[in-house]
Amino acid sequence: MTTTHVTGAASDADAAEGRVYDVAGEDWDTVIGGEERSSAGERIVVNMGPQHPSTHGVLRLVLTLEGETVAEARASIGYLHTGIEKSMEYRTWTQGTTFITRADYLMPLFNEVAYCLSVERLLGIEDKLPERATLIRVLMLELNRISSHLGGLGPFGMELGATTIFLQGLRMRENVLDLFELITGLRMNHAFIRPGGVAQDVTMAHLEAIRAFLRKAPKWVKDLRTLIDANPVFIARTKGIAYLDLQGCMALGVTGPMLRATGLPWDLRKSQPYLGYETFEFNVPTADTCDTYGRYLVRMAEIEESLKIVDQCVERLSSREHTGDDPFMIQDAKIGWPARLSLGPDGMGPSPEHIKHIMGQSMEGLIHHFKLVTEGFRVPAGQAYVPVESPKGEIGCHVVSDGGTRPYRAHLRDPSFHHMQAVAVLCEGGNLADVIPAIASIDPVIGGVDR
Amino acid sequence: MTTPAGPPAEANGDGNLPAKLGEERLTSPVVRMGMFGADGTPDTSGYGRLAVHKPLPQSSSRPYGGYFDTVADALASALSADGVAVDDAIERVVVAHGELTLYVRRSSLPAVVDKFLHDPALRFEVFSGVSGVHYPDEPGRELAAVYHLLSITYNRRVRLEVRIPDADPHVPSVTGTYPAANWHERETWDFFGIIFDGHPALTRIEMPDDWPGHPQRKDYPLGGIPVEYRGTKVPPPDERRSYYS
Repeated sequence: MTTTHVTGAASDADAAEGRVYDVAGEDWDTVIGGEERSSAGERIVVNMGPQHPSTHGVLRLVLTLEGETVAEARASIGYLHTGIEKSMEYRTWTQGTTFITRADYLMPLFNEVAYCLSVERLLGIEDKLPERATLIRVLMLELNRISSHLGGLGPFGMELGATTIFLQGLRMRENVLDLFELITGLRMNHAFIRPGGVAQDVTMAHLEAIRAFLRKAPKWVKDLRTLIDANPVFIARTKGIAYLDLQGCMALGVTGPMLRATGLPWDLRKSQPYLGYETFEFNVPTADTCDTYGRYLVRMAEIEESLKIVDQCVERLSSREHTGDDPFMIQDAKIGWPARLSLGPDGMGPSPEHIKHIMGQSMEGLIHHFKLVTEGFRVPAGQAYVPVESPKGEIGCHVVSDGGTRPYRAHLRDPSFHHMQAVAVLCEGGNLADVIPAIASIDPVIGGVDR
Repeated sequence: MTTPAGPPAEANGDGNLPAKLGEERLTSPVVRMGMFGADGTPDTSGYGRLAVHKPLPQSSSRPYGGYFDTVADALASALSADGVAVDDAIERVVVAHGELTLYVRRSSLPAVVDKFLHDPALRFEVFSGVSGVHYPDEPGRELAAVYHLLSITYNRRVRLEVRIPDADPHVPSVTGTYPAANWHERETWDFFGIIFDGHPALTRIEMPDDWPGHPQRKDYPLGGIPVEYRGTKVPPPDERRSYYS
């Protein structure tokens, strides 16, 4: 594979456009030999990915380069398509959460809540959800927002060559994942939020662990800010990079931190509140730089705001401790998952009290348990779409029911998928090195893009 | 244990049906009987008499409630300014679960979408996505393309649905109005085989380029998983023994 066309990979059609080199991993100098260096306007097509460490998974970028300048950038996706939506059509409504949680694996709880809110709207039980379930949901969502932002920011630092940012970011994220593990039993892919409520209760011990986290977290955030905010290298790599103003965001339907970095305070938690977000005190951070640096500032400020919401959730949950019967799953025997999960010596399973109840005391309870767990509940025919504000933008699940026990169709509108369309706008005309911050400023997760 | 077959659905009595299924379903034809996946055999569980009714095409009448009337009025006046009667463009309007769905006739989709973006009284700036649905049981309107729009100016949402026959799966592309529809339409083509006329590059997006068929259609076969044990194969989910119908 030395000079032109020798490999035979380039066809006559390619040759008509000039000299074509087909290289894979060789030294460029030996490939072109002693020939004259490329003249201006000569283009090189570079495949970045699908196994590139800086592309957040298996994203493949097809970059057309003129020297160091990106003339064209095209994103090619589908390398992680696992048919989550199709698989859900063959499982019960409750089992659907275990599938959809795996879509965007950095924000599993947002996938679950988008799906569950849509199912609950079809069931018509939006107003009947126990308040405790809603509070636990908000608590988990905001913790997940923190971990998702840190899972974006930390690796972003490493992509720019700063392992300290990576380690500091992931250290804090690790603590959030520890909380998830404590509460749901899993670090990711929780299937914790179910139609009708949540899978398990949050106990005082859990709240105490969250309080301990809240005592340490502000300092970690401050450390990260001290490290990054005014870092000349970071600023040089992010300021003015991947510019997308409000007009561009509107044309491309971009939401989330990218939109808020243009100065528009659009946050569904404020504008179309769900899960009682209107009762929490928090701000919607914005920036007006429209660039990667502004998006970083918005995300960092959102972590601080989320800590405030988590704190309020913890206070409200602990103040309910002595109110007696305080369910975390809807009190409707036809819908609410009957088993109370608890941690036994052999792992997570139905609580001994529940087993005792259905096996020894209540035939009705056993029948309900069996019917709900094997067959599932029926959801009235119709369709619903309830969007929520995820760390990456608007996420929603378009759910269609035919009246049966399984989703007729569930389509996840994932922000990463939607925002990847902006890659061309963000990258073209910039330097090759700026492609990495541009992609990182979208914060895509290919699990969500491909589903 | 043998039990005579359950009575036909007519003798079943509407009172046996769960109330929350909605009244319109009680008058619609039964599409599925029984549970536990038992077809044609007497169900010994006693649940065989439960029937799944096919939903009738719904239609809501005014007032729709909330901002829905405002949206419908604004669309009607914007369309009539162009000499298009709203009934020619909109098949029917459904308000359910606090969401507004406009069933748009396929030929009118570009005009309607253009009004939704550009009309000052509508201003649905953000295109949230296209979702395909396959209804093989509804002849002549098997495929659906569902659009979700969001207005930041007025803080409103609307859903547009276009129903098309499987034999002629063409829908005009809305990429000219909403550039963000590009990938969503490619995905819907990939998974459902809906051809979006006028799309700049309607190619597969999730599946490989040479993939046969459109995997999220209901009639697309599911794959099983071969396992290394005496030629055994884990059957696809729809062929497994299941306890739900």
